[in-house]
Amino acid sequence: MAHVAFSLIAALAVASALGLVLKRNAIHGALFLVVNLASVAALYLTLGAEFLAAAQVIVYAGAIMVLFVFAIMVLIPGKEETGPDPRRGWRLAAVPVGALLLLQLAVVLRGLRSVAGAGGPGTPGSVEAIARLLFTQYLFPFELTSVLLLAAMVGVLLLARRGHDGRASRRPSRGWGPAVRGERMMVGRAAGRRGAGAPPSEASE
Amino acid sequence: MMDLVPESYYVGLSAVLFTIGVVGVIIRRNPLVMFMSIELMLNAGNLALVAFGRRAGNADGQALVFFVMAVAAAEVAVGLAIIVAVFRLRRRLSVDDLSVMRW
Repeated sequence: MAHVAFSLIAALAVASALGLVLKRNAIHGALFLVVNLASVAALYLTLGAEFLAAAQVIVYAGAIMVLFVFAIMVLIPGKEETGPDPRRGWRLAAVPVGALLLLQLAVVLRGLRSVAGAGGPGTPGSVEAIARLLFTQYLFPFELTSVLLLAAMVGVLLLARRGHDGRASRRPSRGWGPAVRGERMMVGRAAGRRGAGAPPSEASE
Repeated sequence: MMDLVPESYYVGLSAVLFTIGVVGVIIRRNPLVMFMSIELMLNAGNLALVAFGRRAGNADGQALVFFVMAVAAAEVAVGLAIIVAVFRLRRRLSVDDLSVMRW
């Protein structure tokens, strides 16, 4: 029973991950990633980590994916991966690199089987156990996490801010080399004119 | 509860997911999709951590996953802000444009 559930969820996770990587449309990729995150949350449940399953759904599927979808909507997707790839040869190297990495991981993990587990399959993942750890042994990293989140928030506000003069900081002539300027201006005009309401037809494959 | 799936299955699945994420980062040109592939890799690592934590019989792995989630949230926020800022400058969405971040 547990094996059947594991196989189903694992197949779902792998399929959605492949969908994320192989689909051209970014919004489809985001939805595939939601499926993948949900299946990983289900795997946490089968591992007895209820707290992490809930946190996974709330943090990843809730907060992070909403952020991604907002960014995709804002950034007018669909135009980005069309046309000839300037570095096609390099990107084709992904296949041997991926195969090599998987082989390497398989070799490393083969040695795992000989390592005996320390404890029995108890229920170490209870919320109480995690809370006890977080607020005793890992208290300092826990506090550092809050500092990190605060710093990230301030940094994001700084990065996403418009220019000092209230204008959007997309003026064509500021700080860019002359080699890219003309081409970029043309691209900028064209992209600005087509707007969000005209997604190119080749985007959805 | 009688037939537990062995942890090595979970770790193997995590390896597969991680590899898919690596391939995604290499073959895609859209920085948003690359970011999502990075999330995929982080999730694979989290899955391995939880599996190892169950094998070790304590909750340390899960505490670590909690920190990874917090760092991932911060990383996504900053990364998306950078992508949006670069997009405002270039009006285009391609990783090749991220070379504008060079000093």
